[in-house]
Amino acid sequence: MSEVKLVAIFAENKTGQLAAITQALAQAGVNIRWVAIASSEAFGVVKVLVNEPDPACEVLRAKGFMFSLLEVLAIAVEDQPGGLDAVVKTLARNKINLRNASGFVAHGRAVLLIEVESAAKARRILAKKQLHILTQEEVMEF
Amino acid sequence: MFWDQEAETMGRGGLEQLQLRRLKATVRRVYERVPFYRQKFAEAGLQPRHITSLADARRLPLTTSADLREQYPRGLVAVDATELARLHTSSGTTGKPKGLFFSRKDVDRAAELMARCLVMAGLGPGGILQNMMTYGMFTGALVMHYGAEKVGLLVIPSGPGNSEKQLLLMQDFGTTAIHTTPSYALYFADYLEKKGIDPRRELSLRQGFIGAEPYSEETRRKIEQGLGIDVYNSYGLSEMNGPGVAFECAEKHGLHIWEDFFLVEIVDPRTGEPLPDGERGELVLTTLCREAMPILRYRTRDITSILPQPCPCGRTHRRLNRITGRTDDMLIVRGSNIYPQQIERVLMDIPAVGRNYVILLEGLDELTVTVELAGAGFGGQVEKLVRLQTEITDKLRAEIMVKPKVELVAAGTLPVSEGKARRVIDKRSL
Repeated sequence: MSEVKLVAIFAENKTGQLAAITQALAQAGVNIRWVAIASSEAFGVVKVLVNEPDPACEVLRAKGFMFSLLEVLAIAVEDQPGGLDAVVKTLARNKINLRNASGFVAHGRAVLLIEVESAAKARRILAKKQLHILTQEEVMEF
Repeated sequence: MFWDQEAETMGRGGLEQLQLRRLKATVRRVYERVPFYRQKFAEAGLQPRHITSLADARRLPLTTSADLREQYPRGLVAVDATELARLHTSSGTTGKPKGLFFSRKDVDRAAELMARCLVMAGLGPGGILQNMMTYGMFTGALVMHYGAEKVGLLVIPSGPGNSEKQLLLMQDFGTTAIHTTPSYALYFADYLEKKGIDPRRELSLRQGFIGAEPYSEETRRKIEQGLGIDVYNSYGLSEMNGPGVAFECAEKHGLHIWEDFFLVEIVDPRTGEPLPDGERGELVLTTLCREAMPILRYRTRDITSILPQPCPCGRTHRRLNRITGRTDDMLIVRGSNIYPQQIERVLMDIPAVGRNYVILLEGLDELTVTVELAGAGFGGQVEKLVRLQTEITDKLRAEIMVKPKVELVAAGTLPVSEGKARRVIDKRSL
């Protein structure tokens, strides 16, 4: 069972920067499952969830991009009212701050991606609540 | 370890007597042979016999970089053409170059001083020096080359640039020391990191002679960490032979300047008046042994001060503090005087900052500092980067009294020059 990792890539806010990243990943045959961009004025961070992090890192390194791997918790929730609420409440009750959160729905099931300060603690707490935390392999099967 | 222990540890009294004898000879020589100086003496109502003590040196005319350009090509030559052995030039950013001549003895003496510097840093036979400075009209590479051969080192005249070739030479021939600029040393450290090469384990480098551009103590540390070497601050200028004028000893605290060859003064850059030891001002040098082209009281434009205390290494030649800037480097931004080295010192002290930066001035006094991130410092969160940006802005503002705009870029994206780094771009329309 492996933890889910996001690849976070530094990018200047310039035309063509995102294209350079996506082109590199495409050439390496890496499939992007999810993408988010956080930006400040002149620079930003592009976060991607990919099917295979290793070749993604390899091609980014070779092309001279700056990047880091971030651990993220991928939680399977019911695609129905209250699904997200259950997760957020649990975290709040245990005083765990969300750094970032986003989600996607595929095939009638929802995946919530969350970044927190202490991933290990959040993992323990959510597991106790019978919430299913996905592995890298499971996320890719969605 | 000494190259010339007698000369390097000579008592101050003897050294000053020697200086006076050599100063008098130099003054007579230029008075008799160089029309430029003869005229300057006449204007000042000065005769060689008026110089009877070292303190009288302040009565001698100052020589500026503009004088050297005006006397180009041969105006300052003090020997017959048949005695000339080498020509170097020093190119300015604008206008005519300076022609710099060496006699055979001058070439040998420059190498002699260089040899003192190399042995002072612990080099000797068996050492392998990769000389990464530009060979050619620039003095940097050749003067080092001759000195290194004198000491008995194996010299690899690699010249600058082409990191792949530099690395290959280091790997194949076991280079133990390098001679380069701080900007290229930083670039090369980055190159090794990208290649995944640990210089401590995979290379044999021990010493680096880093000079030709002023740099800060923080930059020294970054180079030492990045290349796994001891960095020795090296000072020279083409007008005074090139490298080998003043280098650090193992104490790494100030640069011994060879006072049997140079008369050293610190002057107020605005008035030209001499300042006492310990005060910061412009370094002024007089050659004491030069045959082909003696120069009196040359205004180096380099800002430093003299460390008067004796050095534990035993050398009696006084030390210069690290050069903190050049009088012509100074920027005036929104009424504040700023030296680029101040900005460098702040940046290189922040671990998340990488090895390269550019200072841009444009419009009406707008100051932008573009900073490369350190590869390892990128945490993948935009908030962290914004905090870093704020930290850099605040620290710079505290140091230079002007709030700059700070931009962050990825490691390895700013241009790197292979000669002297061009870190300041002034496009102001003032």
